[in-house]
Amino acid sequence: MIPASFAYHRPSSLSDAIALLEGLGLESRPVAGGHSLIPMMKLRLAVPQALIDLAGIAELRGIRREGGSIVIGATTTMADLIASVDLAAAVPIIREAALSIADPQVRARGTIGGNVANGDPGNDMPAVMQCMDASYLLAGSAGPREIAARAFYQGAYLTSLRPGEVVTGIRLPLPPAGHGWAYEKLKRKVGDYATAAAGVVLAMQGGRVSKMAIGLTNVGDTPLFAEDAGAILTGSTLDAATVDRAVAAAENITAPASDGRGPAEYRTKMAGVMLRRALARAALRAAAQ
Amino acid sequence: MAKTHVTMTVNGEPAEGLVEPRTLLVHFLRETLALTGTHIGCETSHCGACTVDFNGQSVKSCTMFAVQAEGAQVLTIEGIADPDGTLHALQEGFREMHGLQCGFCTPGMIVRAYRLLQENPNPTDDEIRMGISGNLCRCTGYQNIVAAIQFAAARLNAPAQQEQAA
Repeated sequence: MIPASFAYHRPSSLSDAIALLEGLGLESRPVAGGHSLIPMMKLRLAVPQALIDLAGIAELRGIRREGGSIVIGATTTMADLIASVDLAAAVPIIREAALSIADPQVRARGTIGGNVANGDPGNDMPAVMQCMDASYLLAGSAGPREIAARAFYQGAYLTSLRPGEVVTGIRLPLPPAGHGWAYEKLKRKVGDYATAAAGVVLAMQGGRVSKMAIGLTNVGDTPLFAEDAGAILTGSTLDAATVDRAVAAAENITAPASDGRGPAEYRTKMAGVMLRRALARAALRAAAQ
Repeated sequence: MAKTHVTMTVNGEPAEGLVEPRTLLVHFLRETLALTGTHIGCETSHCGACTVDFNGQSVKSCTMFAVQAEGAQVLTIEGIADPDGTLHALQEGFREMHGLQCGFCTPGMIVRAYRLLQENPNPTDDEIRMGISGNLCRCTGYQNIVAAIQFAAARLNAPAQQEQAA
């Protein structure tokens, strides 16, 4: 369980990090918390020639308001997210999802940037980011750009990140006041990836759904933004028949693997169950506002 | 591969060494500094036997490189008791409440519980169970570990409560 040799760089500015990534090329990898990358390196499934540690770049860590959105720096840890009073008040689904990830030690190191950038279908934050219609702030030698979370994931471990580019942060539009939210995750034990998980962000107006976004975790090669299911529910009173139709639409876009977490058919059904629970809890929270 | 010079503070003392970048923090602690109280269990960041306190947070030292701890404050099980050998309340608790059988998970449990009780000095049993959910014990079934941590919480809170009463 000892990784192959690599060179270690700890730049103190983003521009230095980008220059290093550009100069060292495809064999180099940025590292933040390292809780996805280091286990892969120990198994020698990842063999980077150089690591560019982002931990020394102060500007990449922290949570700040920027106009009508919240910007979270890429190296902000899960523990930072959980501890943020401002975030818990404005975008509480982030805290709920972060608390469902691994255990306290892992959350002390694991970062939001790594969670969304790695492209691992088991990571929880990507589906939440798709629910929130977040966008990722990227930087590379060609300059900064911003891409919607809903357009970022191409396949398992395959994202729209270009060689030499890093995720520097996440922009979260503030959800409407009184919105409902829930992240429901079925897992076998602490530290396991989801058998299936569902995130819901909704708003109600006059007893009807005025806004609905649904994301699914670990039931496909990528996080799944369940657009059709959301459209079915929009305008409804969340009556049982409409929820049934939406759940069927969400189940229909899943394509989970059969693995130790269960056969594919079971995991698809569990995605539906998680969605039902998330809808019910989100609706209660919206009504309670 | 060229070695890198690292310096950090371990259990209040300056510590340094020459390491390859791929040297895990737990290997640096055990092999370079000869602090073998921190155990290597699963090596996959699941079991928590390698837990150390790192800049005021519990981390798994098998999933960090020593170079990432440059300049850090690290506390291991060796730094938990008083320098004169007086056991910490947690160590007393694990002894009094039979919080261990084989003892392999105990250093990680105690170092994790040390931080947990600073984050939450009056935890419920459920909060303790969630707080140590990143530490696996394969002997005791956790009942006595929870009791040991409650013993320590009560002991650590006792002076403050006496002061309030007075």
